[in-house]
Amino acid sequence: MEQSESTIALTINSNFKFTELVASVTDNITQIVGFAEEEAHWISLSVRESVINAIKHGNKLDSDKAVDVKFVISEEEIIIYVRDYGEGFDPTRIPDPLDPTNLLNPNGRGIFYMRTFMDEVDFSNHPQGGTIVKMLKKKATLEST
Amino acid sequence: MSLTINQRTVGDVSVLDLSGKVTIGAGSVQLREAIRKLIDGNNKKILLNLGDVSYVDSSGIGELVHSFTTTSNAGGVLKLLNLTKKIQDLLAITKLLTVFETFTSEDEAIKSFNK
Repeated sequence: MEQSESTIALTINSNFKFTELVASVTDNITQIVGFAEEEAHWISLSVRESVINAIKHGNKLDSDKAVDVKFVISEEEIIIYVRDYGEGFDPTRIPDPLDPTNLLNPNGRGIFYMRTFMDEVDFSNHPQGGTIVKMLKKKATLEST
Repeated sequence: MSLTINQRTVGDVSVLDLSGKVTIGAGSVQLREAIRKLIDGNNKKILLNLGDVSYVDSSGIGELVHSFTTTSNAGGVLKLLNLTKKIQDLLAITKLLTVFETFTSEDEAIKSFNK
């Protein structure tokens, strides 16, 4: 059977009100791919966290700056790319939210959740500026469920 | 759907029934204001009922932590009631179930404030 890929892309301005829109699109796409309800929920949460980071930490809430979200889907997996237009950041400098001294910090759990719920999360700097987050989630197979 | 907060009093405990989403923006801000109002009114035994919360992101979890520390710093106690499975998962994987006292029974939760 032919293994075809599809790409869906959208661009939003840096405004938190658009995170709901991106989450809705994500929910539709995970349904198309056929993810189970719980997996779909955590994928949507991861995308939401990534978009919030792009708006808040990448674009520094500058509503003139865009956030690009691209979904590449196949029958087996979903890959999501979230790009901001900020100055880039070093993911190794994020404090560990599980460190006892950070437990009561109200911030700093978004990327931890992304890494927990997705199979792969990679950060890279775009050659023309900004950060790209790539997240991959494979559909659970019968053997792995 | 954004967040709706209904406040009621059981004995000397203020119960906040949350319904909707606790996410970045409106939901988090509403919860912060509700907690601040209780603390300012010297209501320092607070029970958050999360049974009808449909969605929480990391900002919402952060707001629960902020609510907890705000209440504790004011000499009060904040506990959680009726965690959904997904909220429980988010709290568990970030070790926050070791921070919050949680209940599935409102009666037991209310009684625990005066033990």
